[in-house]
Amino acid sequence: MIPPAAPPAHTPASTQSRVLAAGARPMVEAQRVSVRYGKHVAVEDVTVSIGRQQITALVGPSGCGKTSFLGTLNRLSDLIPGCEVAGRVSVDGEDIRARGFDLVGLRRRVGMIFQKPNPFPLSVRRNLEFPLREHGVRDRARVAEVVEQSLRNVGLWAEVKDRLDAPALALSGGQQQRLCIARALALEPDVLLMDEPCSALDPLSSGVVEDLIGQLRAQYTVLIVTHNLAQARRIADNVALFWAQGGPGRLVEHAPTEAFFESPRDPLTIAYVGGLRG
Amino acid sequence: MAERAQPWGDHVAAVFIWTAAAVVTSVFVWMLADIVWNGAGQISWEFLTAPTDDAGRAGGIGPILVSTAMILGVCMAVSVPLGVGTAVLLSEFTGTNVTFGRLVRRSLDVLAGVPSIVFGLFGNAFFCHVLGLGFSILAGGLTLACMVLPILIRSTEAGLRAVPNEYRMGAAALGISRTSALWHVLLPAAAPGIVVGLVLGVGRAIAETAALLFTSGYVDRMPGSLFDSGRSLSIHIYDLSMNVAGGSANAYASALVLVALLVPINAGISWVADRWLHRRLVR
Ligand SMILES: Nc1ncnc2c1ncn2[C@@H]1O[C@H](COP(=O)(O)OP(=O)(O)O)[C@@H](O)[C@H]1O
Ligand SMILES: [Mg+2]
Repeated sequence: MIPPAAPPAHTPASTQSRVLAAGARPMVEAQRVSVRYGKHVAVEDVTVSIGRQQITALVGPSGCGKTSFLGTLNRLSDLIPGCEVAGRVSVDGEDIRARGFDLVGLRRRVGMIFQKPNPFPLSVRRNLEFPLREHGVRDRARVAEVVEQSLRNVGLWAEVKDRLDAPALALSGGQQQRLCIARALALEPDVLLMDEPCSALDPLSSGVVEDLIGQLRAQYTVLIVTHNLAQARRIADNVALFWAQGGPGRLVEHAPTEAFFESPRDPLTIAYVGGLRG
Repeated sequence: MAERAQPWGDHVAAVFIWTAAAVVTSVFVWMLADIVWNGAGQISWEFLTAPTDDAGRAGGIGPILVSTAMILGVCMAVSVPLGVGTAVLLSEFTGTNVTFGRLVRRSLDVLAGVPSIVFGLFGNAFFCHVLGLGFSILAGGLTLACMVLPILIRSTEAGLRAVPNEYRMGAAALGISRTSALWHVLLPAAAPGIVVGLVLGVGRAIAETAALLFTSGYVDRMPGSLFDSGRSLSIHIYDLSMNVAGGSANAYASALVLVALLVPINAGISWVADRWLHRRLVR
């Protein structure tokens, strides 16, 4: 167990009111979440509420625990040997760390996109069909319909409709990443976790994927890790800054995008935003 | 000066490497030529199908081929599912229990290096006597399975470990069960490793003499069932060349058949693995 920490120096609670309207029910909520790898504490005491159908950008220097935090939200951290999570995480009001919680259902509702596009070594079509079948969508007509619709949603249909049976790994990096997004969307999730989805792509593909993410706002709750502050500013409704100063990563500031960039409250945010600006 | 020394060293190394390669290749070619030269004359349909006669000096190797196939069949039927299963367990399900995995791997590496005669003695004690199978094709096949398992497990495991972790993470993040991910993505992607294991394993099994002497025996009649004793090709060759005066011509012919068998067997393994595993992937 992680010993109960003293109240952190930076209490992001003060910024909460700036993000969520009073009475609004958050989609994702983390309460005093900590992540450890063996003895190494990667994330400590993160408390944050993520509003519905908003894009929240997680920013901060490398190694401050953004990926580790994201992994607690769909419990992918369960798969990492030695990784221990403490605290409470709820999705749509349900405690996902409860004993016997339906993991398959959770991962259907909370999709994840990785930094490096990771389509399976199957055909484009099978990449979409395989997870659908796993989740019980068997009707052929229905599957074909969802495949087409998901590809259309990510703007890939026109590009791949003539080579649905070609290897997914033969697509360009940007197309592969959009395929991965389509694959996640095909399962009709509520939440999408994206871990630096554009950083492995060339600028052009990166722009296409970024535009796509911007369009997801209306239907999904998106948490996106990005190193690109300009990108965060363009697409995010809220921005959360993580920081690890010699120790574990903590949440420093969480504010609406406009406020985050124009009137940051925390000295670290001021330095981070200012430093990258200047 | 220093610049001169470099090419000189390279030159010596090149000569050494080429000589070594030439020696290895010529030994192999010489062996093969010897077997073909002395054995090809006896090969005929008659030889391949007829029963042995006069302790192997005359007649053919029909029953020997059948026994060999049955022993190999038992060995593969037992070792492939067990081996692939263990490899999956080791590489996919022991992530959190590192000590257990290490212990099993060490034991397998030791087992893979144990001389086959030791397996023979073990098989004789355990399968023939404790389980009461006597000298039988079943006992021989099971003993061979024990011998082949370490090779099969280690290569399959290596194949699975070579599969990028992103596939596992990606599948888990989509709520795909581990079994499905294994069946549809991981095992097909590990097929090359499985093929290596099978080829090495079959090679070791088909060449085995010592372990079979004590377990499947050397009765050269046509076996009626798995519980009959049966003589494998390798034992037949051993017996003809060591114990039967005037048997060397047929020993050569049998050796040629043994070597020739490896070609279709290995081709068959690759074909099956490609057809049932790899083909599901589109690369
Ligand atoms: N699987 C792991 N095992 C051990 N330490 C890890 C592992 N993953 C991340 N860490 C450590 O946790 C800290 C946070 O890493 P990470 O969450 O990847 O940060 P970020 O995504 O912000 O760059 C780093 O110090 C990193 O070294
Ligand atoms: Mg990261």
